[in-house]
Amino acid sequence: MLPSKLGRFASGLQGRARASVSGAARGGLRRAAGCPQRALSLRRSACAGALLRRAAPRQSSTRPSSQTTVDPDEVRRFQSLAGKWWDEQGEFAALHAMNDLRVPFIRDNLLNVHGARHPGKPLAGLRLLDVGCGGGLLSEPLGRLGAHVLGIDPVSDSIHTAQLHASYDPDLCDSVSYRACTLEELSAEEEEEEEGSGHFDAIVASEVVEHLADLETFAFCCSHMLKPGGSLFVTTINKTNLSYALGIVVAEQLLRIVPSGTHDWEKFISPVELERLLESNGFSVQSVQGMLYNPASGAWSWTNSTAINYALHAVKLRDDPRRDPAEEDRGAAAHSSAPRD
Amino acid sequence: MHKLAKAALAFHGLGRCSVTEKRVSAANILRRGLVCAEHGDDGGRSEVYDVIISGGGMVGSAMACSLGMDTHLLGKKILLLEAGNKKVMDKVPDTYSTRVSSIGPGSVSLLSGIGAWQHISKMRCKPYQRMQVWDACSDALITFDKENLQDEMAYIVENDIVVAALTKQLDGLSDNVQVKYRSKVVKYTWPMPHQAADSVPWVQVTLASGETLQTKLLIGADGPNSMVRRELGIPTVKWNYDQSAVVAVLHLSEPTENNVAWQRFLPTGPIAMLPLSDTESSLVWSTSHRLAEELLGLDEESFVDAINSAFWNNENQSELIETAGSLFRGALSAVMPSAGSPRQLPPSVAGIGPKTRVMFPLGMGHASEYIRHRAALIGDAAHRVHPLAGQGANLGFGDVACLTRLLSQAAFNGKDLGAIQHLLEYETERQRHNLPMMAAIDLMKRLYSTNSAPAVLLRTFGLQATNMLPALKEQIMAFASK
Repeated sequence: MLPSKLGRFASGLQGRARASVSGAARGGLRRAAGCPQRALSLRRSACAGALLRRAAPRQSSTRPSSQTTVDPDEVRRFQSLAGKWWDEQGEFAALHAMNDLRVPFIRDNLLNVHGARHPGKPLAGLRLLDVGCGGGLLSEPLGRLGAHVLGIDPVSDSIHTAQLHASYDPDLCDSVSYRACTLEELSAEEEEEEEGSGHFDAIVASEVVEHLADLETFAFCCSHMLKPGGSLFVTTINKTNLSYALGIVVAEQLLRIVPSGTHDWEKFISPVELERLLESNGFSVQSVQGMLYNPASGAWSWTNSTAINYALHAVKLRDDPRRDPAEEDRGAAAHSSAPRD
Repeated sequence: MHKLAKAALAFHGLGRCSVTEKRVSAANILRRGLVCAEHGDDGGRSEVYDVIISGGGMVGSAMACSLGMDTHLLGKKILLLEAGNKKVMDKVPDTYSTRVSSIGPGSVSLLSGIGAWQHISKMRCKPYQRMQVWDACSDALITFDKENLQDEMAYIVENDIVVAALTKQLDGLSDNVQVKYRSKVVKYTWPMPHQAADSVPWVQVTLASGETLQTKLLIGADGPNSMVRRELGIPTVKWNYDQSAVVAVLHLSEPTENNVAWQRFLPTGPIAMLPLSDTESSLVWSTSHRLAEELLGLDEESFVDAINSAFWNNENQSELIETAGSLFRGALSAVMPSAGSPRQLPPSVAGIGPKTRVMFPLGMGHASEYIRHRAALIGDAAHRVHPLAGQGANLGFGDVACLTRLLSQAAFNGKDLGAIQHLLEYETERQRHNLPMMAAIDLMKRLYSTNSAPAVLLRTFGLQATNMLPALKEQIMAFASK
């Protein structure tokens, strides 16, 4: 118990150091301590709302580098599927079934943070952002739980499907809305509207990050749009040999559970890598849990192994304005000396 | 009237078409707010309910109460449709009704959970601690009881009392559950399984008044001749037993503790005497149509004689089976000296309540499916059983408990309540319970409808062996009380 607490404390310090870095960047101050130059310039351009326009190219990256989170190939791929979102037995059957795990995962973690206040509408009063909402498969159940959900997706046909589907249900009218836009567009808009941090209680990116072009920007924008203490929920596919074998060879080519070409193994991300990315963007990862799909029963279940699919819950650390520079230096020192997993 | 309603319907249909078309073309241009506003127009004409329950009998009313009191379903729009008048009972009538149900522990806990049991126990109900079943063709008998004879095995309650208690509870739930009495459904329109852009995705219910309601989930609790089941086109396995039940309220010759439910299998069908009070019992006599009519035509004194001889007469017993039975019993008690229970004798009947003699035909039926897209059947609409085991109401209340649990969970997971997934779970779970129960009841009925020696021997041995095995009896009771 104690070591894990210490570990969390250390990572917390580390995260805080990073958070203060981005804060500094927003202020236009240059602070060299432990901050890669490319990230700084990227963040500044993001803040200026210039992410979509071409900014200085990144010098080195292991991931495909671009200035937007959206991959145009992916947009084209999902465009052709936009009408099929709500066919529960069709291409997206596995996503429909995944609601049995991800909705309780999101609900229970949010209830742990905010406490259950409204029987019948457990998430009432919370503002959620569903990034890459597609046809609204996850936005609708979250909206029914009382949350105000904004679903965004760069594929406008999917957004139309989502809007049309929700329009029949009067209960969703007030709680769910959709926009065809990208995460960074929304983030830039927010930047113009109000100075300071965002206003979402939670951001959900379910089965999305494996389709993104730039995860660094994704993590930064999420952090930017979340309230301090807000939650980020990610479900995605691990980058392992098993995930290649099952996720692509079996699921796409043999069983055709998901349309062929849906996934690109190169873009998959391991939980460790995702954790590192999030913690360097001011998040503290609360839990990572493996998920397993049984194609015979068509149902998902929780598992200890994160080798294939997994769900992650991270919380944006609260900024502490009273923090003095000396403490921050200590934090940075702890960061540089702490071994990374 | 009918034509008018049809014209109104057509008009509604046209209106909806044009609105939908507008919506589809507009969806590409308009942002969500405007789409919503259009839908608002549509909603003004017919509200969308989360759940509509068709049929306000015991099971339908319990369903409405149970959904209305569930915390996860708070805020859902629930409507109960009942064709009849509201049944208020300011005071319990002096005479007993002939339509009674045996309410087992599972049903009692459901009714307690929704607050109706408190009313029932204040109004009128009679617990029994023991059930004795015996054969007219042999001495074989089986008794069921709770070990210490302290706990109630089940209760005999008049159906009217159950409905009145549930109605009282529904009155207190008016914020959560709406009830429309005297509303007759003339038409159900089912949605396409997959949402097409130009169709209404909900079930539409057209009332005789011309009003059209929409619902995400329709629950059919409209009895053995369910209109919901018929309109859904769900095939039903059913047969008539060529039997009718004669029911009556019996006055006992002297006051007794009256805490035993008696049932004797006659070759013509089972006759049961169920306790109502210390001096009164309820009769359910299943027999051939011809005999039932004869019984109805008898004068009161002869009718009472017929009942008493049905319970006491031994003329159907043959010596062979008598000997075989007692040998078998002797062998069994040599192995297990303490097991089994002694035979008790039923009280004798002195008279019947005025104008309480009624008969109705018996049948058995089972819907091959309990659910369809956005629709579910509960109670007698899904399954109808022979009254011999007193399980009819209990199976229905079991459906209510199961469906409530699954819908509550679905709501807590943010699901569309009409989604097929949890409805399938309901069907699987209930069929797994109801089918063996129905098969057992049907088998008993068939086994006991004969006095041919092999069948009588089989049931004599079966009954005696079962009676000697407390573990097996407990299993049977546990299953029946689920």
